[in-house]
Amino acid sequence: MKIGIPRGLLYYLYFPLWDTFFKELGADVVISAKSNKAILTNGAKICASDACIPLKLFHGHVLDLANKVDAIFVPRLKSVAHGEYICPKFCGLPDMVRYSAPSLPRIIDTEVNIRKKSGKLKQSFEEVGKLLTSDKKKIVHAAEKALFQNAIFRGQMLNGYLASDLLQNRMMKKQVFQGITVAVLGHVYNVYDNFINMNLFKKMYDCGINAVTPEMISDTVTDRYAAEMPKKIFWTFSRKLIGAAKYWADSDEIDGVIYIMSFGCGIDSFTADLCERIFKKKGIPFYIIVIDEHSGEGGFETRFEAFADMLKRRKRNESDFSAYGEHSPIDQNAL
Amino acid sequence: MKVTFPHMGNIHLLIKTLFDELDVDYVIPPKCSKRTLELGSKYTPEMACIPLKINMGNFLEGIERGADTIVITGGAGPCRFGYYAEMHRQILADLGKDVEIITIELNENGIGELIAKLRKLFPKKPLATIAKGFFDGFKAIKQSDALEQYSFYVRPRELQKGATDQIMKQFESEAMCAKGRDIFKAIKLAKDKLSEVKRDPDCRPLKVGIVGEIYTLIEPLTNMNIEPILGNMGIEVDRSLTISEWIKEHIIKGGLKLKKENDFVKAACPYIKTMIGGHAQETVGHTVLYAQKGFDGVVEIYPLTCMPEIVANSILPEVAKDFDIPVLTLVMDEITGEAGYRTRIDAFADMLYRRRENKRNELVLSGN
Repeated sequence: MKIGIPRGLLYYLYFPLWDTFFKELGADVVISAKSNKAILTNGAKICASDACIPLKLFHGHVLDLANKVDAIFVPRLKSVAHGEYICPKFCGLPDMVRYSAPSLPRIIDTEVNIRKKSGKLKQSFEEVGKLLTSDKKKIVHAAEKALFQNAIFRGQMLNGYLASDLLQNRMMKKQVFQGITVAVLGHVYNVYDNFINMNLFKKMYDCGINAVTPEMISDTVTDRYAAEMPKKIFWTFSRKLIGAAKYWADSDEIDGVIYIMSFGCGIDSFTADLCERIFKKKGIPFYIIVIDEHSGEGGFETRFEAFADMLKRRKRNESDFSAYGEHSPIDQNAL
Repeated sequence: MKVTFPHMGNIHLLIKTLFDELDVDYVIPPKCSKRTLELGSKYTPEMACIPLKINMGNFLEGIERGADTIVITGGAGPCRFGYYAEMHRQILADLGKDVEIITIELNENGIGELIAKLRKLFPKKPLATIAKGFFDGFKAIKQSDALEQYSFYVRPRELQKGATDQIMKQFESEAMCAKGRDIFKAIKLAKDKLSEVKRDPDCRPLKVGIVGEIYTLIEPLTNMNIEPILGNMGIEVDRSLTISEWIKEHIIKGGLKLKKENDFVKAACPYIKTMIGGHAQETVGHTVLYAQKGFDGVVEIYPLTCMPEIVANSILPEVAKDFDIPVLTLVMDEITGEAGYRTRIDAFADMLYRRRENKRNELVLSGN
């Protein structure tokens, strides 16, 4: 059986897990093509108009797979951590895809919901596994292997590799520049999709700027920092981002922050605002890129270069550039 | 302590009755207006949904009138509403406003915290009195919801245009002045007046159901008075969500963990299988139910960037096709213009009238 995995949304977090599980059970895994303009255009045509760009892109990836596979894997992800949720669009994703795209092959829409009981994950594995084999032991074994691969993947990210490189089997040697480090925040599918982020990491590399992402900080640390919020953040990815933001704001590790946000993202509308408030209090430069299907790379490049220049001059302490437009204390002393 | 709270349609009737009976010092923020929205949008994240912005405006206008405590309900996701209180707290703190925010919610800290909060809000009152206050408040909102629903029935049938609007307007100002239990008198009076409105006995109005996200559906500022607009075009309106139903389902049944049995869940099941937060399931389910009840059309309203409704919105075309019912989608944000909005509704209503006529003509021609 040929199973298609769209190269979008949580592919950037769970692909090693899905891939290992399916391959262990003897299925062929087909991934859709790398995100590109045509995929986005096709997706945007069938998707609801006020959906966010990663969702439109995902629809395009599904279309890309439509005639190539026997089934497309679009799990119904309701909750991926105890007591937490993720964006509600993930929960309705199989329904959205099914009613937007014409004539699709079978959609595997197993529900994953471990909000109340973590044991439910086993059930989800079983449900998917049953489609491929009737041997229960084999499914359990495959699930264990998949979770192990997932742990390895997370470990590699903790060691400072980018998911976008790892998923293309490019174990780029970590290059550490002397100088500036910028944290790149955002949902994984915005940060690691080089089409959505308009090759941000390459641009940073060319400018001699180190990039760090939230996935390079361990969950224990981000959990501890996120717990400082007066009310628990109930979206798993948002909690990770806020935890990372608070950690960086407390440390001296970074010189600036770039937040990649998709237009109309409900969770980012709150998370980005909270992050901005956190960094503003510490005087760390913070730059939000809002992306939709009309975003142009030229404009983005100009803004990125200006931001990079500002960071470099700040670092040299040329005139202690203010990050937020206020007069810096040094200016006032000079007067 | 001077308490204020956010508006949402007639919810102030509930809170007013409750606070009056329990002698809480409160200030009702002025009715939601353009100024409320402008004030709110100025300080809230650009991409946040419109209810957050209007709530913020309500609080700022309440604070202008001397409030120092804010009461709002909470939640635990996945809809953004659950994190509203925290956003408001951060924004108000950064603005330098010294206010306390009390969130009425059942969270992971259990019922003890909720009771402690209620004790703080209503000091020295026995729990039984508080419960009685809630009961009366609930009764007030339930009756006012019924009154509104009744006005939707009367408005398209009235012989003298504008009679219903006038009665409802009068009720609004009387209800604002009523103290405590006087509210019930005001509701009764308005209801009696409505039943005396002269109606056209031969009127067979078109019927339109309204579905979508609850806040935009209920707050007149965000839906730009859609019920009176449609009603005055001679269309009978049914609104799928009301505040009293919401309280019954989420606070009473949800709080007591009673089993919820709803038609709309069953109706939505073929299209959307689980609860995904917000009102996506309601939107899809009620559209199916309206179609089955023979309604002529459905209007869907939701705030821009509303996560659950985007899911519902991408499924609705399929429902509309399966049940042959026209659906008009209206997405609201702070820059939605009234003229464009009216034009779309006008066009939709015209289309519905023609559709009905065509159907009748077909019947005549086919000779069945």
